[in-house]
Amino acid sequence: MTLDTVKHATETPDAEQPWAELGLKKDEYERIREILDRRPTGAELAMYSVMWSEHCSYKSSKVHLKQFGEKAPESDALLVGIGENAGVVDVGQGYAVTFKVESHNHPSYIEPYQGAATGVGGIVRDILAMGARPVAVVDPLRFGAADHPDTKRVLPGVVAGIGGYGNCLGLPNIGGEVVFDPCYQGNPLVNAGCIGVMKHEDIHLAKASGPGNKVILYGARTGGDGIGGVSVLASETFESTGPAKRPAVQVGDPFQEKLLIECTLEIFKENLVAGIQDLGGAGLSCATSELASAGSGGMRVELDTVPLRDATLSPEEILMSESQERMCAIVEPQHVDRFMAICEKWDVIATVIGEVTEGERLEIFWHGEQIVDVPPRTVAHEGPVYHRPYARPEWQDALQADDAAKLPRPKSADELRAQVLKVVGSPNQASKAWITDQYDRFVQGNTVLAQPEDAGMVRIDEESNLGVAMATDGNGRYAKLDPYTGAQLALAEAYRNVAASGARPLAISDCLNFGSPEDPGVMWQFAEATRGLADGCQELGTPVTGGNVSLYNQTGETAIHPTPVVAVLGVIDDVTRRTPIAFAEAGQLLYLLGDTKEEFGGSAWSDVVHGHLGGLPPAVDLDREKLLAEILISASRDGMIDAAHDLSDGGLVQAVVESCLRGGAGARLVVPDGLSAFTFLFSESAGRAVVAVPRSEELRFTDMCGARGLPATRIGVVDGEEVEVQGEFRIPLAELRTAHEEAIPGLLA
Amino acid sequence: MTARPSPATTPDQGPSGRGNIRVGVVTFPGTLDDRDTLRAVRIAGAEPVPLWHRDKDLKQVDAVVLPGGFSYGDYLRAGAISRFSPLMETVIDQARAGMPVLGICNGFQVLTETHLLPGAMLRNNHLHFICRDQKLRVETSETAWTSDYAAGQEISIPLKNIDGRYVADERTLDELEAEGRVVFRYLDMNPNGSLRDIAGITNEAGNVVGLMPHPEHAVEPLVGTGRTDGLGFFTSILKKLVNA
Repeated sequence: MTLDTVKHATETPDAEQPWAELGLKKDEYERIREILDRRPTGAELAMYSVMWSEHCSYKSSKVHLKQFGEKAPESDALLVGIGENAGVVDVGQGYAVTFKVESHNHPSYIEPYQGAATGVGGIVRDILAMGARPVAVVDPLRFGAADHPDTKRVLPGVVAGIGGYGNCLGLPNIGGEVVFDPCYQGNPLVNAGCIGVMKHEDIHLAKASGPGNKVILYGARTGGDGIGGVSVLASETFESTGPAKRPAVQVGDPFQEKLLIECTLEIFKENLVAGIQDLGGAGLSCATSELASAGSGGMRVELDTVPLRDATLSPEEILMSESQERMCAIVEPQHVDRFMAICEKWDVIATVIGEVTEGERLEIFWHGEQIVDVPPRTVAHEGPVYHRPYARPEWQDALQADDAAKLPRPKSADELRAQVLKVVGSPNQASKAWITDQYDRFVQGNTVLAQPEDAGMVRIDEESNLGVAMATDGNGRYAKLDPYTGAQLALAEAYRNVAASGARPLAISDCLNFGSPEDPGVMWQFAEATRGLADGCQELGTPVTGGNVSLYNQTGETAIHPTPVVAVLGVIDDVTRRTPIAFAEAGQLLYLLGDTKEEFGGSAWSDVVHGHLGGLPPAVDLDREKLLAEILISASRDGMIDAAHDLSDGGLVQAVVESCLRGGAGARLVVPDGLSAFTFLFSESAGRAVVAVPRSEELRFTDMCGARGLPATRIGVVDGEEVEVQGEFRIPLAELRTAHEEAIPGLLA
Repeated sequence: MTARPSPATTPDQGPSGRGNIRVGVVTFPGTLDDRDTLRAVRIAGAEPVPLWHRDKDLKQVDAVVLPGGFSYGDYLRAGAISRFSPLMETVIDQARAGMPVLGICNGFQVLTETHLLPGAMLRNNHLHFICRDQKLRVETSETAWTSDYAAGQEISIPLKNIDGRYVADERTLDELEAEGRVVFRYLDMNPNGSLRDIAGITNEAGNVVGLMPHPEHAVEPLVGTGRTDGLGFFTSILKKLVNA
């Protein structure tokens, strides 16, 4: 077996290398040769190929993503911005919060349980690596049609994987979404978000500085999982001694991750690390090159010291392995003993695998022979950048011209009643309790709000009752009709949801799920959506702290709907002031805030009743969103409202039904002047919410709305055990509950 | 109806003669609800004492709680490995000598593995993890951990597990019933297929109690389910020890 050392590579400049099989383009391979002034070794080729992949290098999206920095609003809250493992915001009282959303779409389609489980594990380690204790997770999920046989394979596996992993970590699952659409049939979207909390002084960054500092790999042993394409290289360059085919999907062990969390937090508490990075995509290749690149540049690693699960692994495979539950820390020599003692306490394996060196080369050795000698920046941060062509798709005009206004509307009160039941019982609008009840939402004892509330909320200080809230939203139907507006609607909805819970929106993270960037139409969707999101964040004053791009979500030529998912983080000074969605107290007055227009493009009604997608999505007015949020936050702080629910897909009737079922009380509604009952119930105009106001607060509340210029229309009262729209229909809560709560178990249980 | 919590004042003198009533909460590798349980002990007015699975020393605590989680990853069987930890040897001895011990969820599984309590837990009959607000009936107030409840009282506390189906042979079940050792029963719905709707049991002496639902998640009106029905567990033990 010949080891492809640096020396060997220099001596055999013309050896054939499998760069194409590893996903590199010809010019990319040439550039590597130029950087190194020789051909890369097998190990170097493996590192470049994986670090220059779309997933790691953002080579197609980078030129668009930079708007998030260029258009970033002035914000005092941002402590750490884009580029680290996760962004960090100041939430006051000396606390900082880090949060991020990531995708694990492709692995979850191939192997739903492990794909989803390791998605949770990865995002949790990102948060941990910033120095924070993870305090909650959220999971925005999208699947194919609810009644498609393959959905019954993918969804239960994904949900069990999220539960099986997250529940074992002791992290409450407080929110997310579940959406069904045939466009996700071959490409489910499994996004995972995590929130972590720390004190300002505990923020840790991923960089390796200080020559002589030790590089410590700790956590699980390295195995052959997640190697994917790199096994091509192993089998071509070496005589194969191990099993030829390796699983491309990583396998998770939440117990190991739980130990890693507690162990790492104890290490942080004693201030023992100078830099830290989790091992996720691209494993050790990514961790060593990123740590060195962000630090002073020099690092020497003895790869043969890495503890292995499978002794037959080649050095390339060790560098590429995506085995889960591993972290890499940079530790000053005098702290190494204590670091090791804490790892021993938690039964976590820790190994010094190298050290930070003078100079600017990342050097990796295998039993004394050098197999890597590269400038780490060229691997980690100076990958290729593509200006991919983009063009508005030809079909876009026809799609937008296919106006939902022309769809036949219900002709009688009976028909309207039947459509209400049909919409609230449709898979997308139905209760997701069957799914979310498989997640632990109580652990840690700080959960103030969890699904089906508008936002999840956790207390972060027991003395002061300081808390944070998070909502994630996205609507691929809107974004398909108009990606710019669709992205802003996702942002506006998550922002509104956070405000409806009583929290003040501070910053966002995003997960941008799109089809192939090689399709100019998809690239246009991506460009439009990022532009919309960057403009929206600038206007709302909520910076993008980081996020994730997932491309190539398509089956053959057919891409998924463009699906930007936005997570908004908010802060609330006193969680006892939070606003739930439940209508619970008879006699309270219901107010509709905002303007209701004839907006049905991309609506739930057009989908459920007519199977239609066309026209334009609802218009966005971000000034109005800001005003609405201010009113909701003030009303919550000053005790003027007892319940609030944002209006989005499904319109007013969806929100009212959810609030009634949550609180166990009915509602009597009156259609306001100037609106048809149909538009009142099903319009999806943005910038709206419904609130329950105690009678004693009515005057104060309406005065506030009047003074600030927010339309507030009294639309009814909490009362009885049915939802009644006067002059139209009545539906008993029991009937609504059956329609709303039995749909999902009926399809999936 | 909500259990009446005792005033949250700290008694001057505990039975151990060192002042506060000390309630230990054990952390195994993979324990999840230890911090919640420590908080519940504190809210009830006792002094929470973290205990580590590798120690043998109980740090002079007056009572011990084995909290929920997935100790040792539930490898082999839930609770099967934890049962052999150094600390558990001491806990088993002390429990036999009468020290109050409460096992919640994974802690209950550990107690059945040690045979301090009879029976075993199997995977839920529907095979899913389930997290819900669960109604229970307190069948007896004659245990160290339920004296602040009335027999027959109905409470709601969170339930969250995948291995929660209580099973035992018919003779054991009959004995438990006859001796008044079924402490909690599921009401309205049996969430996991437990035999005779059993949610929690006690030993003959009434000092060791195990249950699947989580009282430590229901001690503050603000968080969790918004109820404080679980606080009675911790005030019960405090009262018992103060009056001992």
